[in-house]
Amino acid sequence: MSARAARWRLLVALAPLVAVLAALAAGAIFIAGIGERPLEIYALLFREALGTGYGLGQTLFRATPLLFTGLAVALGFRAGLFNIGVEGQMVLGGFAAALVGAYVPLPGVALALAALAAAALAGGAWGALPGALKARFGAHEVINTIMLNFIAFSIVSYAGRTLFENATVRTREIAPAAELPRLETMLPALHGSPVNLTLPIALLLALATGVLLFRTRLGYELRAVGLNAPAAEYGGIAIGRTQALAMTLSGALAGLGGTNFVLGYKHYFELGFSGGAGFIGIAVALLGRNHPLGVIVAALFFGALSYGGLVVNQRVPRELVEVLEALVILFAISAQPLLERAARRWS
Amino acid sequence: MRAPRIAMRGITRRFGPLLANDRVSLELEPGEIHALVGENGAGKSTLMRALFGLLAPDEGEIVIDGTVARITSPLVAMRHGLGMVHQHFMLVDPLTVAENVTLGREPHAFGGAFARARAEREVAALAERYRLPVDPRATIAQLSVGAQQRVEILKALHRGARVLILDEPTAVLTPQEVDELSAVLRALREDGASIALITHKLAEVKALADRVTVMRAGRVVGSGPAATLSVERMAELMVGHVPAPLAARAERAPGEPRLEVHGLEVRDDRGLPAVRGIDLAVRAGEIVGLAGVEGNGQHELIEALAGLRPPQRGTIAIAGRAVSGRNPREHREAGLAHIPSDRLRRGLVPAMNLAENLVLGRQRDRDVGRGPWLGGGALLAAARPRLEEFDVRPPQPRASAARLSGGNQQKLIAARELTRGAAVILAAHPTRGVDLGAIDFLHRRLLAERDAGRAVLLVSSELSEILALSDRILVLFQGRIVHETTPATTSERTLGLHMTGRATITDAPLPPRAPVPPGGLA
Repeated sequence: MSARAARWRLLVALAPLVAVLAALAAGAIFIAGIGERPLEIYALLFREALGTGYGLGQTLFRATPLLFTGLAVALGFRAGLFNIGVEGQMVLGGFAAALVGAYVPLPGVALALAALAAAALAGGAWGALPGALKARFGAHEVINTIMLNFIAFSIVSYAGRTLFENATVRTREIAPAAELPRLETMLPALHGSPVNLTLPIALLLALATGVLLFRTRLGYELRAVGLNAPAAEYGGIAIGRTQALAMTLSGALAGLGGTNFVLGYKHYFELGFSGGAGFIGIAVALLGRNHPLGVIVAALFFGALSYGGLVVNQRVPRELVEVLEALVILFAISAQPLLERAARRWS
Repeated sequence: MRAPRIAMRGITRRFGPLLANDRVSLELEPGEIHALVGENGAGKSTLMRALFGLLAPDEGEIVIDGTVARITSPLVAMRHGLGMVHQHFMLVDPLTVAENVTLGREPHAFGGAFARARAEREVAALAERYRLPVDPRATIAQLSVGAQQRVEILKALHRGARVLILDEPTAVLTPQEVDELSAVLRALREDGASIALITHKLAEVKALADRVTVMRAGRVVGSGPAATLSVERMAELMVGHVPAPLAARAERAPGEPRLEVHGLEVRDDRGLPAVRGIDLAVRAGEIVGLAGVEGNGQHELIEALAGLRPPQRGTIAIAGRAVSGRNPREHREAGLAHIPSDRLRRGLVPAMNLAENLVLGRQRDRDVGRGPWLGGGALLAAARPRLEEFDVRPPQPRASAARLSGGNQQKLIAARELTRGAAVILAAHPTRGVDLGAIDFLHRRLLAERDAGRAVLLVSSELSEILALSDRILVLFQGRIVHETTPATTSERTLGLHMTGRATITDAPLPPRAPVPPGGLA
């Protein structure tokens, strides 16, 4: 291979990095536009988000739900499905975990495990529904998951208002046994930050997702369906069943994403707790190229952006950080095809 | 001396390490048909894509009518009077012929509206002038493949093309349509057009072309008047050596029937009957060749046999086991190996690597992994000897299948399907669009499978392939088997007559034309 072609291939491989740098460069123009110095702002942002134990803990706390939702979206993409319903699956998962944690009388660790299982089951069921509709009737999962998001929000809102506590739309606090401990109890350096046991759970699930996709028969079938469905059919793979299963697993991952807040942080369910983590998960999966390792890096990046943006809030408005997030998404979507085209043309 | 209409000089183009075109020169004169022949990957298409502005050559120049032209896009090429008919047509299916032909240069009425009547008149006049029969008001979806190709040619002519590039135009046509296309190309030549014809089929070159340029591995290896180059000489130039004839095959008595089909009826995608009652049996140790013009039910028959299309009626048994036609895994487990006709759509997952592609369809088999596990080092290690045995180049288990040439992709599929120990082998167009070296290899492998006692059903539109490999030949016409024979007692001509339904009463004069399929053109 010629040196020039090798350089281009390297650049295509680094497309997500190129996207991030391009987004930061574009964001710098906006920052300069309001009379601030971009480099100073960026330095402050990343120093605060990554440079101190507390800041790092905050970044990790914010990255945790994105890990779950990013993995959920990535798993769907691998099977050729666009799960936009991650937000709703996550909200239902958090709600289910809160109910089990508050009302089921189980002792000790069993209660925490039951609450986690409830989150996975609720999210999984909410993913299985559009999965089954797709397998059985060919109904498009994008439409159905969007619709199911609204239904999920309405269910928790209605149930929260009428069945449980008062009108503040939060549930009763979960039993102490269901609480997942903060990591600062083990790592004092993270002192004061809310990052908790859901983070290692998320990392384990990233590993498990990688093993599932690349080391098991099921993962092989799932990827074959996503990459070339007619060939998968030729190979005797039941496309509908595989996709329905992928949607269920994706929903379960998303549902677990709700436990970071409910079991690990506030210890109750509250409407709007997700902060749009389900939707940012789409960006995380895209930037992470639907690979578990990439999802980990991308979730950390968005986590840092989220907390760092809060820190620099005195000097640049919050909306600007949101613009930056949007720019990253925009560049993450376009960088790969653009670079690939350039590579074809110039190498 | 008068300059040629087109002169490509010293064109060089690299794709990574591959030298696709190495200082290639080619001239096109007015009023000539110039055939460009060579194996897949020889660089013919690259050269023509460079001429049409679809890719930029690294070196070399293109001279049009004596002036150097920089052709940076198809738009520039069209402005220079070039037109290209791609192998896969670039037509908008729901639009009419007139709309497609005038697309981008539509005649406008007052106020900017599309002047439909004028467009239809223009297209009809053009069709009349070049004797390209096609109804300007028909929509593309209604037309036969041959008629769609005429629309493509009309499109180029409507843009004022004086130079036509045709990329394997006959690959998709019936023999009758090939004759019609030949007549059109000759008429265009009389009219002074220059035609560059990319093709594999050497007989066509002899029949049609004035000059021939033979390419191999990115270089021009021979060029001259078509009249002075024999088919044998062209074949030799293309492959670089004389292909050895297939070894004489041992006559052996076939054994028990392994594939049995009774009263099979299958519908096509539109729900119309495509296979209309077929009985056939393929025995152990024989190759049965199924000949037929594309579109006479072979696609639906193959899919039903593979478990990809549920039949309406009838039974299929593989190695004595009745199968349903609705589940590929069921058919595989009964003992079917299937080389599908469309390797990129059905046969491979191009984005997966070679090792992963070697287990497609076997991903649940006990011998490819332990328990629920599949993948990693064991999969890669198991792939290497298979790739070497089947001469897949390069034999790198980690490389993605998309990076292989067509011939090597086909060998990859063969390496998977012919090593399963299946009793029945369904080989659909196993050598379509594959270079001569790979064709030879695949033919030898299929014969070896026959000698090993497998039952092989070979479906092909290449009669030479059917005649060379088969023990028995069946001819499929309009969803039925209309003729059975052996290679020793038939000829391409006889088979051709049966394939077009014109040989049912051999002594009667031939009807004027083959029946037009429903939805065919005017």
